[in-house]
Amino acid sequence: MLDAAGIEQALRRLGREISTRNTPATRLVLIGIRTRGVPLAMRLGALIKSDTGTDVPVGTIDITLYRDDLKARQGRPMQATHIPCLLDARHVVLVDDVLYTGRTVRAAMDALTDFGRPLSVQLAVLVDRGHREFPIQADYVGTILETAHDEQVRVQVSETDGHDDITLMEAARQEA
Amino acid sequence: MSSISFRGRDLLDVETLSAEDIQHILDAVPSFKEVSERDIKKVPTLRGKTVINLFFEPSTRTRTSFEIAGKRLSADVVNISVATSSVSKGESLRDMADNLAAMQADVLIVRHHVAGVPHFLARSVPQPVINAGDGAHEHPTQALLDVFTLQEKWGSLQDRSALIVGDIASSRVARSNVLAMRKLGMQVCVCGPRTMLPAGLDQLGVESTSDLDEAIQSTDVVMMLRMQRERHKDVLFPSLAEYAERYCLTGERLRRAKEGVVVMHPGPINRGVEIAPEVADGLASVILQQVTNGVAVRMALLYLILGGG
Repeated sequence: MLDAAGIEQALRRLGREISTRNTPATRLVLIGIRTRGVPLAMRLGALIKSDTGTDVPVGTIDITLYRDDLKARQGRPMQATHIPCLLDARHVVLVDDVLYTGRTVRAAMDALTDFGRPLSVQLAVLVDRGHREFPIQADYVGTILETAHDEQVRVQVSETDGHDDITLMEAARQEA
Repeated sequence: MSSISFRGRDLLDVETLSAEDIQHILDAVPSFKEVSERDIKKVPTLRGKTVINLFFEPSTRTRTSFEIAGKRLSADVVNISVATSSVSKGESLRDMADNLAAMQADVLIVRHHVAGVPHFLARSVPQPVINAGDGAHEHPTQALLDVFTLQEKWGSLQDRSALIVGDIASSRVARSNVLAMRKLGMQVCVCGPRTMLPAGLDQLGVESTSDLDEAIQSTDVVMMLRMQRERHKDVLFPSLAEYAERYCLTGERLRRAKEGVVVMHPGPINRGVEIAPEVADGLASVILQQVTNGVAVRMALLYLILGGG
């Protein structure tokens, strides 16, 4: 659906939108949601740095302990949460690869509030595929995909998968 | 993705765990350690779950550790100790467990001075049971936190050597640790007076000695056990002073050990009996790290057993 060049273009635009809305960028912090939100947040941090000259702290959050479907996620390996600075008096941009039901973002917001009281929490996603189950929407969207419930949007990034692309897959082949 | 799951399982001993089972638990621990390092040391993971600490034997450290672990995961934790329970009114163990189960507890954590009680309860109630120490049999969560502490320091435990010193025969800590360490590829030697060394050590691939001064020279970790005076009906050694003379880990003895040797103790420590204060508080000691890790290991276990897999 989107190749490496398309992803790069989308991220550049997201970076500009984020820094435009949050001027000066010195009060900004990016938090990537595990797993693929993390490399995307780091890329956005680098893009904002080259646009504005400001080093924006980038953190990571694993929302496993905040999920509302613990029993459905068997064997999901947990990873470290790392919040790089105090969140109070900062604008936080959560970064994830795909926005779908909104449950992950809901859990991430719960987790964030355990670390402090940000000035605001915003959401940046590479793909919005619809089918929300919570009243949540993204502030920054890379691309919108029309999908069916039983389809799977697979985002691959070079940091974890060797290359960048976004594909729409049949349910049967969805990743675990 | 791992096919191992602890969901709904009991944790009764190390003996029936595989090396992969142990690693599956240990791999989950760092995330929970991170929660304990936050300002707000609480996550909502086990909201609405009820954890019952059923302790038929005095315990401060283990009971508190389980209680803190449950509370950091937002579970409701109920402590029942034998002095306040209806066992003193003649209720049988089985009836008591059935009643707790009928109150929809989600997990029972059991300590008892008789070996096998947690196993008996696990067969009697539908809920998962965690053994928090049964007689001289096993204390699996202690061994898990001990090997986690060593992995945190060294990475792989393969071919590392351990020396466990004290009353080996009546120590559930020693037994669980020997099993866990062997499964993870360590060489284990136990050390104590002959009267305190059990039979059948060679079947476990464990060496034994009564000479601490010699054995300490070649080990990567030395684990001192508490002299459990309350367990000794018979006289196994002439006096505490004489025991300390030969088996107390003093600064002088520790200087014979390899550079970088790690000193462990499951607590509570008898300063001056099995370990000298200068060693317990010294640079080689990880005794308080063991306590910190104990909470994280028990959080990981509660999480895995109550849903996380």
